[in-house]
Amino acid sequence: MPTNAHIAAHSLSDVAASDSTLRRFLHGLPGVDAVGLEARAAALGTRSIKTTAKAYAIDLAISMVDLTTLEGADTPGKVRALGAKAVRPDPTDRTTPSTAAVCVYPDMVAVAKEAVAGSGVKVASVATAFPAGRAALSVKLADVRDAVAAGADEVDMVIDRGAFLAGNYMKVYEEIAAVRDVCGTDARLKVIFETGELSTYDNIRRASWLGMLAGADFIKTSTGKVAVNATPANTLLMLEAVRDFRAQTGIQIGVKPAGGIRTSKDAIKFLVLVNETVGEGWLDPYWFRFGASSLLNDLLMQRQKLATGRYSGPDYVTVD
Amino acid sequence: MSDRLSVLKTYKLYVGGKFPRSESGRVYEVTDHKGKWLANAPQSSRKDARDAVVAARKAFGAWSGATAYNRGQVLYRVAEMLEGRKSQFVHEVADAEGVSKSKAAVVVEATIDRWVWYAGWTDKIAQVIGGANPVAGPYFNLSSPEPTGVVAVLAPQESSFLGLVSVLAPVIATGNTAVVVASEKSPLPALSLGEVLATSDVPGGTVNILSGRTAEIATPLAAHQDVNAIDLAGADEALAKELEIAAADNLKRVLRPQPVDDWTATPGLDRMTAFLETKTVWHPTGSLGASGSSY
Repeated sequence: MPTNAHIAAHSLSDVAASDSTLRRFLHGLPGVDAVGLEARAAALGTRSIKTTAKAYAIDLAISMVDLTTLEGADTPGKVRALGAKAVRPDPTDRTTPSTAAVCVYPDMVAVAKEAVAGSGVKVASVATAFPAGRAALSVKLADVRDAVAAGADEVDMVIDRGAFLAGNYMKVYEEIAAVRDVCGTDARLKVIFETGELSTYDNIRRASWLGMLAGADFIKTSTGKVAVNATPANTLLMLEAVRDFRAQTGIQIGVKPAGGIRTSKDAIKFLVLVNETVGEGWLDPYWFRFGASSLLNDLLMQRQKLATGRYSGPDYVTVD
Repeated sequence: MSDRLSVLKTYKLYVGGKFPRSESGRVYEVTDHKGKWLANAPQSSRKDARDAVVAARKAFGAWSGATAYNRGQVLYRVAEMLEGRKSQFVHEVADAEGVSKSKAAVVVEATIDRWVWYAGWTDKIAQVIGGANPVAGPYFNLSSPEPTGVVAVLAPQESSFLGLVSVLAPVIATGNTAVVVASEKSPLPALSLGEVLATSDVPGGTVNILSGRTAEIATPLAAHQDVNAIDLAGADEALAKELEIAAADNLKRVLRPQPVDDWTATPGLDRMTAFLETKTVWHPTGSLGASGSSY
């Protein structure tokens, strides 16, 4: 798979030549049919996934979870517990897959790294003054450098929504590119748009292209810290963007909806969206993730239900 | 005779403080004792049972955490609301059980009295079955009854209203939350009771009422890992045995069906204590230091 660094060789290379070419390109993207988008997302949400397909979907969803704790009250002990849970989500059933990653603040990366050592579970770290992103570029880059130095395999950065909404696309572009440089080849870069703050679907489409052009490996909906997080509609829109981007450049970009996905049913709806929009190529933890914390418990309870035929309860999963 | 068409009532489930139809979309015909059609009642599926357990679990914290005095007030409020809708229940009980209106009125009044009786017990039960234990040391040792959790209640099949309240009220009076499976043959008084509960300060989810085939709903409830206890009053012998086996898997408390000839007799405390657990705490007191001072 070509990496995003090769983008220069393609036709989109001159898009970011100047502020005006970038603006012309982003504003030249076709407008989003909001009604059509929501109807499509809702229609795909009605698919009935049962029995063996459901069992497959639940295991796939578990393997795609970025198990997240982003609280001011995070302690090393909590991060270790989370790491243990990511490695072996259901200790009573060893056939349960591990999650894709744990997602923590930069100062907890070292602890998380130790907790998941040798398991294949990645450590993702939010950075760039998460969640608001209101800090000087040098501070943001230092934040990223710390996370990467501590061993983060993935960096989740937030874009400067203020600059984006003010139309200062070049600033956002350069910031993402700068973070991309700091990540180097050590860490995959996820770019968070905070779709709940971008107001319109057109903006989400523009932000998606902007992020991909600037070198994101993943585009991610939200921080989970605002009222509106991942919805089927905005995730569908971003999936369409990565599909079109690959069609134009041959580069595959991952998608990560985050925040507000709490039930297995919701998660399976997102997997249907992925399969129907970008196809099986993305049905892999390398290309699609769920940013979630409570979702995992529901997936585990559903898994237990399928295995035993009895409804499970919150007493049989960990409290985190 | 006017030509007016009367408005028929759509009976619905009562789950989480709302009135949903069955998730399955099914209904079944409810008839009176002579076979005359009365209404269509929702025929709940196992998913309705699951949803009801989720609602009951969610409500448990607030209901069990409310003061006993407050629970008593809320339950008394239910009795007030029942009193106001007495004629409706007389009508439904008469149809359901094939008794005369005057007999049904006696049953309904006994039911309301039963509810008041249990409302009074909320803040007294701890004094009767809990208390201070004598111990050989400088401690207080106190036992207090605590609610078990989410209780699945299979309502009696024959006594559609008095029987129902006689098994439901003791469960919630002590702070449990309940998932009730109404009498299969005569679920209408139970479904109407949901409307009363919804308008009387009982927090949504504290009581959830399902109608349908008892065996179909009770089986997943008995096996459900998040149900703490089950009252088998409405199960026949074969079903009760099957459910008790399923319930054993997660060590559910099981109240076996006992023959009740006369629901109007004073019930005693057994139905309350069946779904209580005793919490005992040791509390240091007395002289703690060499100086002899307390605390």
